[in-house]
Amino acid sequence: MGRGFQTPLRRARGSGSAHEGTGHFLAQRITAVFSILLAAFVMVLAVVLAGSDYDTARAVAGNPFVATGLLATAATFVYHMMIGMQVIIEDYVHGALARPLLLAANVLFCGLVFVLSALAIAKIAFGA
Amino acid sequence: MASTDLRDRRPLSPHLQIYRPNLTMMMSILHRITGAALYFALLLGIWWLVALASGPEYFAFVNGIFGSWFGLLVLFGATYALFHHMMGGIRHLIWDAGRAFTVPAAEHMAWMSLALAAGLTVLVFMAGWLAA
Repeated sequence: MGRGFQTPLRRARGSGSAHEGTGHFLAQRITAVFSILLAAFVMVLAVVLAGSDYDTARAVAGNPFVATGLLATAATFVYHMMIGMQVIIEDYVHGALARPLLLAANVLFCGLVFVLSALAIAKIAFGA
Repeated sequence: MASTDLRDRRPLSPHLQIYRPNLTMMMSILHRITGAALYFALLLGIWWLVALASGPEYFAFVNGIFGSWFGLLVLFGATYALFHHMMGGIRHLIWDAGRAFTVPAAEHMAWMSLALAAGLTVLVFMAGWLAA
C-alpha cells in the first residue's frame, strides 16, 4: 500500500512539533462542561450538609447516588486539573531537569489525590 | 538542550512588558491563577471526605477548623475561585463556539463573570448559613 491510499489526516497526524493532536484540548473542554454540573452538585451538597452532625453527613454522603456523584466529581476535577497544571508547567518551566520532574510530580500528585478521595468515598459508601 | 542555545534565551510571548493592563487580560491571568489555586483547594474537600470516613472525633476536629473564622475565610476564597474559574470556563466555551469575539462582547462577559461569581459565592454562603 503506497501513501496514496492514506487519507490526508493520516499523513498529517503526529507531524506537528508536539507529535500529538488535540486530545488534551478536547479533554479539557469535555471535563469543563461536566465540572460545571458536578460543581453545582457539590455546592448543593455543601449547603445541605452545612452544620449537620456526623451521622447525618455520613448517611447523606453514603447514599449510593450521592457517593457516585462524589466519585465522578473527584475523577473529573482531578483529570481537569492535571492536564491544566501540565499546561502551566509547560508554559513556565523550561529547565532540562525541572520540567520533566514537575510534569511527573503533577501526575503523581493528581494520582494520589484521586486514590485518596476514592478510598474515602468508598469507605463512607460501604459503611466500614 | 544546551543553555547557550539562542532558543533558550529568546523572549516568550510579548505580553506583560508590552501591553498596558486591561480587563480581559486580567481575567485571563485570573483564570489561570484561580485554576492553580483550585488545584490545591480540592485538598480541602478531600480532607473533609477523609474526616467523614475516619470517624466522629476527627470529623468534629476538621469541622471545627472549617467553621472557625479563618476556615470560613479560606472556604469563602476557595468558593469564589471555583465560581470565578467556572464563569471564565463558560466564557472560553462561548469563544470555542466561535461567538462573542468583539471587544465589547468580551468585556461585557468579563463584567458578567465577575458579578455572577461574586453573587453565586455570596448565595452559597447565605444558603449554608441559613441551613446550618
